[in-house]
Amino acid sequence: MAKTAPRLGRTAANVFLIGAVLIAVLPLLLVALNTFKPHAAIVANPLSLPTQFTFANFARAWKGGNFGVGIVNSLLLSGTTVIVTLACASMAAFALARRQIAGWQLLTIYFLCATTVPIQLFLFPLYFVFAKLGIIGNFVATGLVLSAINLPVSIFLLRAYVISIPNEIDDAAFMDGATPWQTFRHIILPLMQPGMVTVAILVFLNSWNEFLITSTFQKGRGNVTMTLGYLSMNGTYATDQGAMMAGAFILVAPIVVFFLIMQRFFVAGMTAGAVKG
Amino acid sequence: MRRLSVQTSHYLFIAPALILSVAIVLLPALLTFGAAFSDWDGISSPSFVGLANFAAIGNDPVFWTAIWNNVQWTIIFLTIPMGIALVAASVMMTRNRSAAIFQVVFLLPYVLSPVANAVIWQNIIFSPVSGLVGFISRTIMPMQSPLANPDTALYAVASVDIWHFWGYLTVIFFAAMRQTPADQLEAAFLEGANGWQVFRFVTLPHILPTLGLMLVLVTIFSFLTFDYVYLITQGGPARATEMLSTFAYKFAFTSFQVGKAAAVALVMSFFGLLASIAYVAMSRSSIEA
Repeated sequence: MAKTAPRLGRTAANVFLIGAVLIAVLPLLLVALNTFKPHAAIVANPLSLPTQFTFANFARAWKGGNFGVGIVNSLLLSGTTVIVTLACASMAAFALARRQIAGWQLLTIYFLCATTVPIQLFLFPLYFVFAKLGIIGNFVATGLVLSAINLPVSIFLLRAYVISIPNEIDDAAFMDGATPWQTFRHIILPLMQPGMVTVAILVFLNSWNEFLITSTFQKGRGNVTMTLGYLSMNGTYATDQGAMMAGAFILVAPIVVFFLIMQRFFVAGMTAGAVKG
Repeated sequence: MRRLSVQTSHYLFIAPALILSVAIVLLPALLTFGAAFSDWDGISSPSFVGLANFAAIGNDPVFWTAIWNNVQWTIIFLTIPMGIALVAASVMMTRNRSAAIFQVVFLLPYVLSPVANAVIWQNIIFSPVSGLVGFISRTIMPMQSPLANPDTALYAVASVDIWHFWGYLTVIFFAAMRQTPADQLEAAFLEGANGWQVFRFVTLPHILPTLGLMLVLVTIFSFLTFDYVYLITQGGPARATEMLSTFAYKFAFTSFQVGKAAAVALVMSFFGLLASIAYVAMSRSSIEA
């Protein structure tokens, strides 16, 4: 008995792990399985293996999802968001960590509250102000909104890096006649680099995937991102599931590859603020 | 050029982040407060109407449906993904070599966009024509798409979001559990403790602060949930999956009743705020850190 109990436990654990893996990847496997099949074959049996490999699905999906336009807009929007967030957050993290300014506690609490502020609390007036200014569909304007949303988490991630750099290094630089900007630019920033990479990856993926802000502000056929272009296929391509699956493949595959390469940074960034104790 | 003092420089360092956040988040949030007490279509100038917006939404049965759906959503997310993630993380603790691989696989749905996930589930799983549901219905037993039935649609949407989210919790709990001192775990195993006892008496006490933080964050996000509901059902069928967020969004961008949208936004922010206060209190150590 004493031996069967742990063995039983181990079997149950294995069954759980296999089940969990299957559930996690099943919808993605279905996409991979059906992406080369014509519509009729998908409808007949979504679980069957493809009998022929045709790339025609990809051509129709690329056109239908407006992906040629979408990929440029997605890169511009996510790129803007990453650059603005990194620039603002790195400087703010330095200032908050070094506590030279009056009211640093209040500012810290402000950004802490901003971490969980609902988007709907500011979305509606912001949209109508942007509409009045005529900047709906402008990727820089939308990128600024996404940056503001990503700022608080980025600041706290980077602040932890600055705190780990001893104050004495700043003092030594000051003694040598360095201005605060030179200290930040040539001493703090290089030491923050692993944090900057983590933030860049998290913010890039966040803004690439973001839905609420992007779908509200990137209106107009010329302004769609990759995700919005694919969304516009949903429904109109219901009778061409081959193109729908190929579109999903185009959308998902690069992100999966990106994640597999960068997963170390990704996990580090995700767990940094969340694991307490 | 006169040299800037250290303090002045540090004000300049914080300025861009603060200006951006105030312009995009704080000022429009204050405008939302004003709009909630106004009649405003987003274009012409607003007029003050007192509590009329709140009275109007309070008399709308859809508003109460939405609140109840958000409460259900909160209960579902505080239990199912939490439970799955705790079990998954505990099991991963017993796998030294393969844990890293499981972690990556479980995170896959989390790193994909809600648009891709929602459209994939709609077309290849829930669709009665091209999805698994349709295939099962034709070959094994007749079944309806769970999205078409007002009684099941909320749970169908929630299951997609749970599929997308549980991996995140698993990775967080796994990271927290790994901080349990190794000698305590070894001692427990040497004493002959089973998996449950190790969890209950060794790892659980260690991850309690993280667990608490996750409970608070999940509560906040449950009251704000938008993406999967809006993408998959738009609040239907027959408004059975309407959430406060989708309810507010439709007021603002379908019927241009921005005042009512703002009123609903304030209600959902209030629920989120209660949890946010707990969040800030729990993060107090990070202010002093």
